[in-house]
Amino acid sequence: MTRIALAAALIALFVLVWQGVASLDSVDDLTLASPVETFDALRDDWDLLMDNAWVTLVEVVLGLALSVVAGVLFAVSMHVLRPLRDAAYPLLVGSQAVPIVVLAPLFVLAFGYGIGPKLAIVALICFFPITVNLLDGLRATPPELLKLMRSMGASRLRTLRSVELPAALPSLFSGLKIAATVSVIGAVFGEWAGADEGLGRLVLLGNNQLQTPRVYAGIVILTLMAVGLFALAALAERVAVPWNRKDASA
Amino acid sequence: MRTETEAPVTESLSFRKVTRRYGALTALAGIDLDLRANAVTAVVGPSGCGKSTLLELVAGLQEPDEGEITRQPSAYMPQRDLLLPWRDALDNAALALECQGVPRAEARRRAAPLFERFGLSEFEHVRPAGLSGGMRQRVAFLRTLLQGRPVLLLDEPFGALDAITRADLREWLAAALVEEPRTVLLVTHDTEEAVFLADRIVVLSPRPGRVVADFEVDLPRPRSITDRAFIELKARALEALR
Repeated sequence: MTRIALAAALIALFVLVWQGVASLDSVDDLTLASPVETFDALRDDWDLLMDNAWVTLVEVVLGLALSVVAGVLFAVSMHVLRPLRDAAYPLLVGSQAVPIVVLAPLFVLAFGYGIGPKLAIVALICFFPITVNLLDGLRATPPELLKLMRSMGASRLRTLRSVELPAALPSLFSGLKIAATVSVIGAVFGEWAGADEGLGRLVLLGNNQLQTPRVYAGIVILTLMAVGLFALAALAERVAVPWNRKDASA
Repeated sequence: MRTETEAPVTESLSFRKVTRRYGALTALAGIDLDLRANAVTAVVGPSGCGKSTLLELVAGLQEPDEGEITRQPSAYMPQRDLLLPWRDALDNAALALECQGVPRAEARRRAAPLFERFGLSEFEHVRPAGLSGGMRQRVAFLRTLLQGRPVLLLDEPFGALDAITRADLREWLAAALVEEPRTVLLVTHDTEEAVFLADRIVVLSPRPGRVVADFEVDLPRPRSITDRAFIELKARALEALR
């Protein structure tokens, strides 16, 4: 309970400071909308914001789902096939070093204005933390445990299913939580490169049309979306990894 | 009573001039040893004398550099219980059967009677985090039994426990082995544990490990650690360790 109270207090403080700075004469209203103006924009443009938020949310969730499937497949294959891991690791890191902002317009050129390029960009950003975390988790299985499984005559698949994968679940969720927070940024990049709907596009348009309060309202919703996805991932972890709560050492 | 865990012993398990090296380091040097079927042989030695290596050689987890081992199908119980924290006690023991390709439901069904016989029924559905160290070790022992192999390899099975739990578990294991006789190779650095559990004690020297003493423990069971003959045998083992 104190945790929630502390977090709420800090957010309240943040909003107060924001309001204070925005009210200064030296700050241009076109640069910084105050919390009150942002709230007004949220209220007035609610339907418009929600319609576009829905579009972005779908892109984010589908892109995340895609990255989880791809990430798990990649991590498990790389874990089981040592040569594949050695060969693919540099490429994996490289995939994250590519500047998405530059890549996004090319994706739009290739896949058009639809949802395709957005999914590709979200998945490309989220894929990395999921794959790397799961791979590290799989490799962190205690060697004595692997030795025990060997002595019991377990097959490679049995060891993977009964020992390595469950043991790596907390790592997978760590990756998923990071992915959840960056996924929204990916969708916004995707929409900036070319889209006719979505919150990212709305924010970009608002910027061009000097509708600063609407831009801030969009940012608030995007932030809440990311926080909400993070919370969902954390909740899923609590459900899927119940043994980790009581006994952190195991 | 015939159970899933019973496994007949017909042939012997033996070491012939077995040497094992790790680089420049010789862990075991020319070990000659024959294990008697359905008897408990305790291997006692100082830390680092290659006791665990001896077990892993029998388990087939390592190969000797020289000499020969005639192996028997064996079940290996490491010092740490290594129970999986996401499985309850019954599932942890049943893992032994799952590793042999038995489906999970069937494995659970076959593991359950063992929990009943060894007085662990009420802990079947408890995860390791909810079990005491002694309980966890018992579950680990059931997992070892369930592999259905004629030879048990116990590597300091009580090493990680406190003194009181140790004494308690020692008696439990002695009783369990009366019920489920096996060829046991028990590795320990505790001479009292060896005299309490074993039919025969083999003492290894500090590295490189060699057999420096080998004698029978001809005491009636259950044994008492305050018994005079008990104390004498313990002294004899300690003497050989020096």
